[in-house]
This record gives sequence, C-alpha cells and structure tokens, in this order.
Amino acid sequence: MTARVITITSGKGGVGKTTATANIAVALASLGKKVVCVDADIGLRNLDVVMGLENRIVYDLVDVVEGRCKLRQAMVKDKRVADLYLLPAAQTRDKTAISPQDMVSLTGQLRADFEFILIDSPAGIEWGFRNALAPADEVIVVTNPEVSAVRDADRIIGLIEADPRRLPTSLLLNRIKPEMIRRGDMLSVNDVLEILSTRLLGVVPEDEHILISSNRGTPLALDSERTPAGDAFLNVARRLMGEKVPLIQLERKDGWFSRLTRIFGSSK
Amino acid sequence: MDDSITLKGIKQGLLVTMKPEGRWPDLTARLVAQIDAQSAFFRGARVALAVGPREVRRHELANLLKLLSARDVSVLAVLSEDAATIGSARKLGLKTSLTELELEPPDSSFEALAELPPPIDPEEHGTGGVLIKRTLRNGRVVRSDGHVVVLGDVNAGAVIVARGDVIVWGRLRGTVHAGAGGDESAVVCALNLAPTQLRIASYITISPDDSRRKARPEMALVRNGRIEAEAWEP
Ligand SMILES: Nc1ncnc2c1ncn2[C@@H]1O[C@H](COP(=O)(O)OP(=O)(O)OP(=O)(O)O)[C@@H](O)[C@H]1O
Ligand SMILES: [Mg+2]
Repeated sequence: MTARVITITSGKGGVGKTTATANIAVALASLGKKVVCVDADIGLRNLDVVMGLENRIVYDLVDVVEGRCKLRQAMVKDKRVADLYLLPAAQTRDKTAISPQDMVSLTGQLRADFEFILIDSPAGIEWGFRNALAPADEVIVVTNPEVSAVRDADRIIGLIEADPRRLPTSLLLNRIKPEMIRRGDMLSVNDVLEILSTRLLGVVPEDEHILISSNRGTPLALDSERTPAGDAFLNVARRLMGEKVPLIQLERKDGWFSRLTRIFGSSK
Repeated sequence: MDDSITLKGIKQGLLVTMKPEGRWPDLTARLVAQIDAQSAFFRGARVALAVGPREVRRHELANLLKLLSARDVSVLAVLSEDAATIGSARKLGLKTSLTELELEPPDSSFEALAELPPPIDPEEHGTGGVLIKRTLRNGRVVRSDGHVVVLGDVNAGAVIVARGDVIVWGRLRGTVHAGAGGDESAVVCALNLAPTQLRIASYITISPDDSRRKARPEMALVRNGRIEAEAWEP
C-alpha cells in the first residue's frame, strides 16, 4: 500500500476546506479505504471538532515533530468507521512550529499504512499553506461561486502551477445555490470553470445539513439519511477512487448541466 | 558628455565604438538607453560594434544582440582585438572584420548608393519576445524587453509589462502595459479584450463595463492622443 497525499486548500478562508476534508475522509473510509486526515491549520485547529473527535485528543502534530510522543500516539482513531484516523493540529502554537520538511517526513511515515492521506490546509498563501503543500501528490482547491473566492483560487492554482512538481490539481466548487444562479445572482459553474480552467472534481450544494453535522461532529457520510451535500461528497470520494460518477444534476432548465458533464468528462 | 560610446556613419550603416573601460553591463545599458532615446533614428539600423581589446563572452554578446533586435537594430559585425571576443562573435554567426565593409564615411550621393545595393537578405529577423503557453493567473507577472504573446487567458490580477506589443490568444482580463519604454506605436490584441487596466506608453484606460457585449477580437492602439479599440482581424 502506498498512500496518495491530497492537500485541500483554497487561498480564501471559510470556503469549506475543513468541511470538505472531514466529509471526503469519512466517505472514503465508509467505502472501505484506509484514510488519515492531517489538520495542518496549526493554532486554529477545528478539523477535530467537525469530525467529532475533539475530546479524544491527547497529543498533536507539534508534539510529534518536537519528539514528545510517537506518531502513532498522536493519531486519533474514529471508531464509527473501519480505518479512519485524525492527526490533530496544535491549538496553542503557531504555524512556524513545523516546517515543510517536517510535513514531508511525517506523511512519509504514514504512506505505507494508508491509501489516502488528506491534509486540511489553512487559508492564505504563507507558511501554513506551504507546509500543507510540501508533502502533496495532488491538490484539491476549494472555492465558492463568489468573485473574491474565485480570484483567490486562481492565485493558489497559479502558485501550484509554478511549483516544479506539477501537482495534479482539481477544483471543488462548494455552496452552489441553483436558484440564485438561475436568477443570475451568482457565478454559475461554467462561469467559474471558464475563469479557472481547471478540472472539476465536484460541485457541492449549499445545504443546512452541513451546519448541523459540523455542530454535532458527525460528517454526512456517517448519517443514514441522504442529503444533497452528503451525496455530493460521496461522489467526490468515488471520483478520487477513479470511478466515473456524473455530477449531481442541480438544475436542468437552461442546459448548463449538459455543458458541465462534457467539460468534466473531457478534461484530465 | 559621456564618451564611452561613440557613433560614426559608415557605408553599411553605423559604427558603434564602445570604450574598453567600464563594466560591460553598464556600457550595454547606456547603449540601449541611447537607442531608446532616439528610437526613430535607430529603427532598422545596421551596426558594427567595435569593442577594442575587451573580452566579451558569448552569452553577454547574445544578450546584447537580443536587446538590440528588440529595438529593430541589427548587428553586422563585431570588431575586437580579443581572441575570445572574436570567438564569441563567430559562434553567433557575426562577421569579425570589415574588410569587405570598409570603414568609410557614407557617400551621400544617390549614385554611390545605387552602385552598392544592400545585399538581399532572405532571413526574416523579426523581433524578440516571450511566449506563455498557458493561462496567466492572478498574481503572476510577465515582463519583457520585447513582445509578449499568451496562448491562453490572462486572468484578473495577472500583470503583463512589455516594451513591445502584447498579443493574447484568449481573454484578457488582467492589467497590461504595452510600449512600456515609451513606444506609442505598440498595440494590445486579444480575442476578448476586457482588461482591468490597459496602458500603452504613457496612456491609460480601463475597460468599459459592458460585459454583456459580444466578445470579438480587438486591438487597442494609441490614436488621436488616446487609446482606442478596433476590430482585430489577425
Ligand atoms: N455546502 C455547504 N453548505 C452550507 N454551509 C457550508 C457548506 N460548506 C461549508 N459550510 C459552512 O461554512 C463555514 C466554513 O466552513 P469551513 O470551516 O469548512 O471552511 P474552511 O475553508 O475550513 O475555513 P478556514 O479557512 O477558516 O479554515 C462553516 O460554518 C461550514 O459549516
Ligand atoms: Mg478550516
């Protein structure tokens, strides 16, 4: 086994990186994959809260890097699924407590035992982003249908493209509201793709179940109830596993969906 | 007056003599500045460079040739007493003596010109530039002493600064400055010309906010003392 290290990043804050990391991780684990999530947002950790694992944390990433515990001791197992672990961030330190090299060696130790290592990146383009990017094999850029979020996604993709490793990069468009697009109040999926010209990994609708599940610490794939966002994240997980899953049909009216599948199907 | 560079008319064009003292980069910068200051005089000029006993490496000479060709100045020969410099010039395909191009003052009479028609040169020399074969994203900057050609979009937040022209085979939404050295004949072309800000030489304009207008290839140029856009029929 050798894991794929996937960094989830965005540039702009609050667009849904942590939500996506937690939900994709749980979805992958529920599909039988061995998964570990790494919270690289040192000082502002909250992946543990969204995953509902906060109260089980003993050690964190910085403890491992500074030698206070073994890597395995810091990993929190999610007992609700077969093979899901969280490596939490330190809450009381800042981003400079770890280096890009630390992230590379840390994930290096995990690669042999997992299939997916998901890294939740902090917002911005500084130190924390560099830490999160250093060990990546692939990158998922999360954005919202909003001009400023798309600008920041463009900036981030530009930085990733300038990296000589040429990391495959895909786009996760979060918080889409079909009615607003229809009224012309929001950037449509095509508008966003036209600007970013990047492979689309998935479209996640605005869904109040997200808020409820985050507060409860129960990512959507753990819920027996089907939800629009839960289905979207499950499809993202399937696509990461190489399945060809069409995009959820959010809207049929003016035909943008057919264009969308064509773009999705032809790129890569 | 600075006399590190002297110019003299010869039959075949201009003899540029560069003093053996001083650093090469300073000297070449001075030459380029002098050409830029009198760009009309130098446009299309053919020059012989006399560098005296100075050692000029091949990449140094190649860089200068590039700077000159971006200004439409071509180099016929490099004259030097230094063996390494002569080697550099030969490797770049330049003549190293003017025995066949005697150093004579130009003859102003038409007869004399008619006697010696310029040799026919089948090579199209063109001018130098930078080619970018992907989308230029927010935060990326391209600078060129020549032209800039982008095969892809130029997104909002990207910046292009060129002494020459800017051609975008895609959407131009970023900030672009053509003719950045002051050349008002520079143009900006795009399949969809919607820059955040567009400058040519010292003129500045912003895109009218008419995003609903049908996109068509356009060329921006300076005309009647302002920047105008017209249909671009490449
Ligand atoms: N599809 C969605 N529908 C509704 N709410 C959402 C959706 N995605 C995210 N949210 C909400 O948006 C907020 C920000 O999400 P999240 O914390 O995942 O963003 P982030 O990118 O990790 O933020 P930061 O940059 O601060 O780390 C949260 O309150 C979350 O519940
Ligand atoms: Mg977060």
